[in-house]
Amino acid sequence: MSDVVALILMVGITAYALFGGADFGAGFWDLTAGGTARGRTPRSVITHSIGPVWEANHVWLIFCLVVLWTAFSEAFASIMLTLFVPLSIAALGIVFRGSSFAFRKEVTRTSSQRNFGAAFATSSVIVPFCMGAVAGAIASGRVPAGGKAGDPWSSWINPTSILGGVLAVTVCAYLAAVYMVWDSKRLGDPDMVEYFRRRAVVSAVVTGVIAVAGIFVLHDDAIYVFHGLTSRALPLVILSALCGIGSMVLLLRSSQTGARLLAMGAVATVVLGWGVAQYPYILPTSMKLSAAAAPDATLWSVVIVFVIAAFVILPSLGLLYYLDQRDLLAAPAVEPGIDDHT
Amino acid sequence: MTSALNWVLAVNPVPWARSQMALTLAFHIVLVPLGVAWGFITLIANWRAIKKDDADALLLAQRWSKYMAVTFAVGAVTGTVLSFEFGLLWPRFMGRFGDAFGIPFAIEGLFFFLEAIFLAVYIYGWKRLKPWPHFWTGVPIVVAGIGGTVSVVAANAWMNEPAGFTVNSAGKVVDVDPWGVIFNKAMPLQSLHMLVAAYLVGGFLVASVYAWGMVRGRRDRYHRIGFLIPFTLAAIAMPFQMLVGDEMARWVYNNEPVKFAAIEMVPKTSTDVPETLFGHLNAAGTKVEGGIPIPGLASILSDPATGTSTQIQGLDSFPKNARPTNAEVDVVHLAWDVMVGLGTFLFLLSLWFFASWVFKRRMPRSKLFLWIAAAAGVLSVVTLEAGWVVTEVGRQPWIVRNYMKVEQAATANTGVWITFIVALLVYVGLAVTVILVLRQMSRRWREGDAEAEVDEGGPYGPRLTPAPETPKELVP
Repeated sequence: MSDVVALILMVGITAYALFGGADFGAGFWDLTAGGTARGRTPRSVITHSIGPVWEANHVWLIFCLVVLWTAFSEAFASIMLTLFVPLSIAALGIVFRGSSFAFRKEVTRTSSQRNFGAAFATSSVIVPFCMGAVAGAIASGRVPAGGKAGDPWSSWINPTSILGGVLAVTVCAYLAAVYMVWDSKRLGDPDMVEYFRRRAVVSAVVTGVIAVAGIFVLHDDAIYVFHGLTSRALPLVILSALCGIGSMVLLLRSSQTGARLLAMGAVATVVLGWGVAQYPYILPTSMKLSAAAAPDATLWSVVIVFVIAAFVILPSLGLLYYLDQRDLLAAPAVEPGIDDHT
Repeated sequence: MTSALNWVLAVNPVPWARSQMALTLAFHIVLVPLGVAWGFITLIANWRAIKKDDADALLLAQRWSKYMAVTFAVGAVTGTVLSFEFGLLWPRFMGRFGDAFGIPFAIEGLFFFLEAIFLAVYIYGWKRLKPWPHFWTGVPIVVAGIGGTVSVVAANAWMNEPAGFTVNSAGKVVDVDPWGVIFNKAMPLQSLHMLVAAYLVGGFLVASVYAWGMVRGRRDRYHRIGFLIPFTLAAIAMPFQMLVGDEMARWVYNNEPVKFAAIEMVPKTSTDVPETLFGHLNAAGTKVEGGIPIPGLASILSDPATGTSTQIQGLDSFPKNARPTNAEVDVVHLAWDVMVGLGTFLFLLSLWFFASWVFKRRMPRSKLFLWIAAAAGVLSVVTLEAGWVVTEVGRQPWIVRNYMKVEQAATANTGVWITFIVALLVYVGLAVTVILVLRQMSRRWREGDAEAEVDEGGPYGPRLTPAPETPKELVP
C-alpha cells in the first residue's frame, strides 16, 4: 500500500517538475533576457506563456507536500528539520516569485516593472536550486530518519546537493525554452521561435553535460542511488538520454511538437529514475517507505483523493491547457483591451 | 565569532516559531475572504451584466476579476508558505499527527487545484469565450472556495477536538478513522462560522472601496452597483453570523470549558457570572481587575434556560499547565470583546441598510452611513482576526488539545528568530505593495474612464460607456 502512495507522490513530483519547473525556467530566461529594450519581446512571450497556467501548475507542489506529510509524516518531519535553511529560502522565494509576477503584469511604470521583474526572475532561479539541493540531500542519505535533525549546513551544501540544485535550474530552463519555442510559434513570432530554439539547444547540451558529470558525483557521494540508477533504474536513465538526444535533433530540425514531447519524456524519466533508484527507501538508507508509512486508512484516503483528482482535476487541467493552447485565454500582448496595460 | 554563534544557537525557537506562524497566518487570513467570496460577488455582477445587458455590472465584473488575479496570486503563495511552515516550524507535530491532521488537507488540495484552474480560465477568458460558458467557468471557483474553507477549518477544528485516531503507549498514531478526523465535533459549527465570516469580510471589504468612492463624491451608478452587490451579500450574512456565533459560543461552553473560562475571564467556578467588558486578570490570576461588569449576563447567555444560576467553570478548576497563562487569558478575552463588539456594530449597520430599503425603498444616502460603510471593510477584517485569536490563543498551551503542547511540537532549529525577522520584513513589504498595486490599477482605470479612451469592453455585452462626469442621484 505504501508503494502505491509512493507512486502517487512520484506522479506529483514529476508533474511539478514538468509544469511548475517550466514556469521557473521561464523566470530564468526572463533573468537573462538583457536590458529593458532588448528583453522586451522575450519577456512579453514569457508573461504570455506562463500567465494563465502558473498557479494551477504551482498546486502540484502543495499536492506533493500534503501527500508527503499525510502518508509519510515521519520522513516529512525529518526532511523539514534537517533542511530548514534551503526550505525556508525556497518558501520565501516562492512568495517573491508569485507575487512579483502578478504585480509586474499590473503595474505600468517601467521602473516598477523592472523591479518586480528582477524579483520574479531571481527567485525563479533560487527556488529550483533549493528544491534540487533538497532532493540531493535526501538522495545522498544526509537526512536521518526518526525526526532527528541532520547537519543544518552540510546536509545541503555538498556535491550531490549542488549537482541537484544546478541540474534543477538547467532542467527548468531547458523545459521552458522548449515550451516557449512552441508558444512563440503560436504567437506568430518567427524571431522568438529562433531565439528560444537556440536557447533550448544550448540548455539541452548543458543539462546533458551536467547529467553525465553527475554520474561521477553520485558514485562518490550517493552510492545507494548510484547503484540504483545503474541497475534497476538503468532503463529509465537510457530512455531519458534517448529522449534528450531525440528532442535536440527535432529542435535542430524545427519540429516543435515532437521536441516538446520528447523533452518532457527526458525530464519525467529522470525524476522517475531517481524514485526507482531510491526504492524501497524514502530516506536512503535510514528509512524505508513501509516504515514511514501512515496507517492504512490514511493511505487509502490519499489514494481515494488521488482517484477523485484523476477524474476531476485532470480533465479540468486538460481544459485549461486546451483553451490556453488554442489561444482562447488572454489576448496577444499587442492587442488593445482589458488584458493589455503595458 | 564563536560567541556570536553561541548566541544564535542559544535562542529558544518556540516563541519565534509561534510569532512567525501567527504573522504569516494573520496575513493569509485577510486574503482568504477575498479568495472565497469575491468570486461569488463577481459572478453576481457577471450574471446581471449578461441577463440585464448592464454595462456597469460588466465593467465591475471584469475589473474585480483582474483584482482577484492579484489577490489570488498572493494568497496562493502565502498559503504555500503555511504548508512549508507546518513542517519547518512544527515538525514534531507533523511527524506524529500528520497522518491524521493531513487528511482534510488532502481534500483541500483538490479544491485548491479546482480553484486555481477555473480562476485562470475565468480571468483570462473574458475576451474569447462566449458569455454564458464563460460565466459557468466561474462557478467552480465558488464551489472550490466553499469546499476549501470547510476542509481547512476541519483541520483546525481537529486541533481543538482531536478525534478519529488511536495512539499506542509510545504516543504514536497507530490507527486512523478518516471520517472521524474530518467530522470531528468542532468541525460543523467552526467551518460554518468561518465560511460565513469569509462572505461577510469579503462583502464588506469590497463594498468599502465603493463606499469610499461615494464619500469622495463619485456617486454614479457604477459606484452604487459596486457597493450594493457586495454590501447586500454581507448584510444578509451578518444576522446569520450572529446566530451561528451565538451557537458556537454555547458549544464552546459545553465542550471546551477551559477556552470558555478564558473567553469570559472567569477565575473561579461560580454562578451569576458577570459579562465583563475589557478588564484583565490580577497578577495571581484570582480576580478580574478593571473593565465594566454587566451583572449575570455571562451566565444568562451560557444557558438562558437556567439564567443567572448557570454555573461557569473557572480557570482555577483546571491545572495550571493545561490552561492558558494569565496573559493569554487577557488576550483571549480582549479579542473576544473586540469580535463580539465589532460584530454587533456591523450587525447594526446591516439593520440600518435594510431599514432604509424597507422604509424608503433605497439605500441610506447619508454621508455618515457611507463613512461607516467605508470603515466596515477594515473593521470586519479586525473582527475576523480577533475571532481567530480567540480560537488559537484560547487553545493554549495545546497544539493538539490534550495530546500535544505547542512547545513539544516546535522545531529544534534555533535560527527561527532570523527567519521570523526576514518573514516580517517581507510580509510588511508585501502588504504595502499589494495595496499600492491595487490602488494603482483602480486609478489607472478611473483615469481611463475620465478620458473615455480605453475600450474596456469584452467580446460581448454592450460597448461600455464611460462613467458619467456629473454624479447621478442615489436612487435605485
